[in-house]
Amino acid sequence: MITKTVNQKAWFLVLPVLLIVALNAIIPLMTVVNYSVQDTFSPGVFFFEGTKWYKDVLSSPRFHGALGRQFLYTAIILAIEIPLGVLVALAMPRKGPWVSVCLVLMALPLLIPWNVVGAMWNIFALPDIGLLGYGLNWLGFDYNYTQQPVSAWMTVVLMDVWHWTSLVVLLAYAGLSSIPDAYYQAAKIDGASSFAVFRYIQLPKMKRVLIIALLLRFMDSFMVYTEPFVLTGGGPGNSTTFLSIDLVKAAIGEFNLGIAAAMSILYFLMTLLVCWVFYTAMMRGEES
Amino acid sequence: MAQIKLDQLAHSYYPNPATAEDFALKEMDYLWDDGGAYALLGPSGCGKTTLLNIISGLLVPSRGRILFDGEDVTRKTPEERNIAQVFQFPVIYDTMTVAQNLEFPLANRGVDRSEIRKRVDEMLDTLELSAKANRRAQRLTADEKQKISLGRGLVRYDVNAILFDEPLTVIDPHMKWQLRTKLKELHQRFAHTMIYVTHDQTEALTFADKVVVMYEGEVVQIGTPEELFERPDHTFVGYFIGSPGMNILPCEVNGNTAVVAGHTITLDAGYHAPPGARLELGVRPEFVRFASGDEGGVPVSIESIDNVGRHRIAKVQLAGYAMNIIVPEGQVLSSTDHRVVFDTRRCGIYADDHRLDATVAGQGMRHDY
Repeated sequence: MITKTVNQKAWFLVLPVLLIVALNAIIPLMTVVNYSVQDTFSPGVFFFEGTKWYKDVLSSPRFHGALGRQFLYTAIILAIEIPLGVLVALAMPRKGPWVSVCLVLMALPLLIPWNVVGAMWNIFALPDIGLLGYGLNWLGFDYNYTQQPVSAWMTVVLMDVWHWTSLVVLLAYAGLSSIPDAYYQAAKIDGASSFAVFRYIQLPKMKRVLIIALLLRFMDSFMVYTEPFVLTGGGPGNSTTFLSIDLVKAAIGEFNLGIAAAMSILYFLMTLLVCWVFYTAMMRGEES
Repeated sequence: MAQIKLDQLAHSYYPNPATAEDFALKEMDYLWDDGGAYALLGPSGCGKTTLLNIISGLLVPSRGRILFDGEDVTRKTPEERNIAQVFQFPVIYDTMTVAQNLEFPLANRGVDRSEIRKRVDEMLDTLELSAKANRRAQRLTADEKQKISLGRGLVRYDVNAILFDEPLTVIDPHMKWQLRTKLKELHQRFAHTMIYVTHDQTEALTFADKVVVMYEGEVVQIGTPEELFERPDHTFVGYFIGSPGMNILPCEVNGNTAVVAGHTITLDAGYHAPPGARLELGVRPEFVRFASGDEGGVPVSIESIDNVGRHRIAKVQLAGYAMNIIVPEGQVLSSTDHRVVFDTRRCGIYADDHRLDATVAGQGMRHDY
């Protein structure tokens, strides 16, 4: 018979990690779960409500509106940033002194704090003093992001594209740089057109990093808060109120802790679900 | 299929090359036969890949011209030159199947659909990849991928030349042998002009009809494997080809005698050494033997003897110069008094590393071998 020595002391080594994870993830999440099934009127006094808050949230037009805007926003962002990022990466020099200049220029937007980005665009787009706002009106466009939902949307999208396309560019560029010269040389010898080079060499080789870019941009844009909040505050009306902005309004503005907690849990599950769907789809694509 | 002419060709990676050292490839004039199998052999950094890329059109030479069948192609693209090239690492199109990979160069050239089908099927058959024709190329082993790279070149029957840049580097030893055999077979079948870059002498000597030995940006000798072995034109060729390489001993030459470390060796022919040149005597380890009895010879001391299978290699010192001598099977060495005798028909005299031509056929003593 084989005897196994079991050394239980090893568990102590895992303890610090468990503690950290408990403190920064499990305990806060459980608090939220706790709030989402109870009602409270004063500290320490709780009534169990079951799924009431979830039913309220799921049947509220306000939540549907925020959710719809959220998906629309994310879809527009991804549809613009991924192809644009790839195009810019393809146009960037592969060798020479301009490489570092381009890389630094590309990295700049990523280094600016999010609320500063919001503040910058807020001023930049003001119709009476901002360069963009004033310029557009001077050119004859009726543009005022504080009053027109379409203008507000354009500005929010433009700001996100300005802020985050760089990330896609850098990732795509890293993917491109990893392609050995021999591939391009072989393609030349095989008489491939530049589209064929893109389609059969560059795109397949960039696939992995583009998956990462897509996932990162999806998660970030789905959870976007700071920049639109600073720029429009969710307005005009509710036109740029995305899920996270709506959530904060419910939790801190209106102090509806139960509603806000139920929204948080639903929001979390949605993000998780979409990421999982993405991941499995990509992995399946990888295998076949 | 084409005859390739290098006309005063030179290349430097610097924009304004001044000295000879700036040139990765020093000026050369050569004519390579249509349908020949050439190997470019040399150590890393000797310019062999540079020369290959100039021939394929991936690189435009700084000076000189390159002609295919008399037509100047110096500034033409690889596609216009109609050449195929196989690289060190297999290049395959990951998302395509094996068959699609082979179709690709033909489809890009607008070849007829049925013709493509026919050629691809034939090539799959030749490469023994028919069973995997519809598999994603990404999933194959390195040697199968390299076969595809090769196949993409060969599937175009009309290529002017097929160039190989150390194609067997990443291949397992036993697959190396198989692929090399396949290459020779394909060469015999299609009679393409083939140029094969390698730093492995075995690969070069077994693949090529003519071996082009390169050293520091220069072609130091072009010859058949036998010529390179028997009569190296440059001390580098002597040293690089053969295992172990040629023994090179500093000497003085006077007509048909060479003096090595105070010992006079009577040569087979007379030489006229240019004044001031650094003179050396080169002799292969195969052409030196230990003297027996009282036949004279140059005294040496034995450092070590390695058994390498069918023969032994003696490492000896001749008045401070290291030499290798191949000792045939069965020969018994005396325990003291080691002297060596040179086969003077097989000795060469080198002035500043280049082989001197004999001026007078001498009446030197001949040893029976």
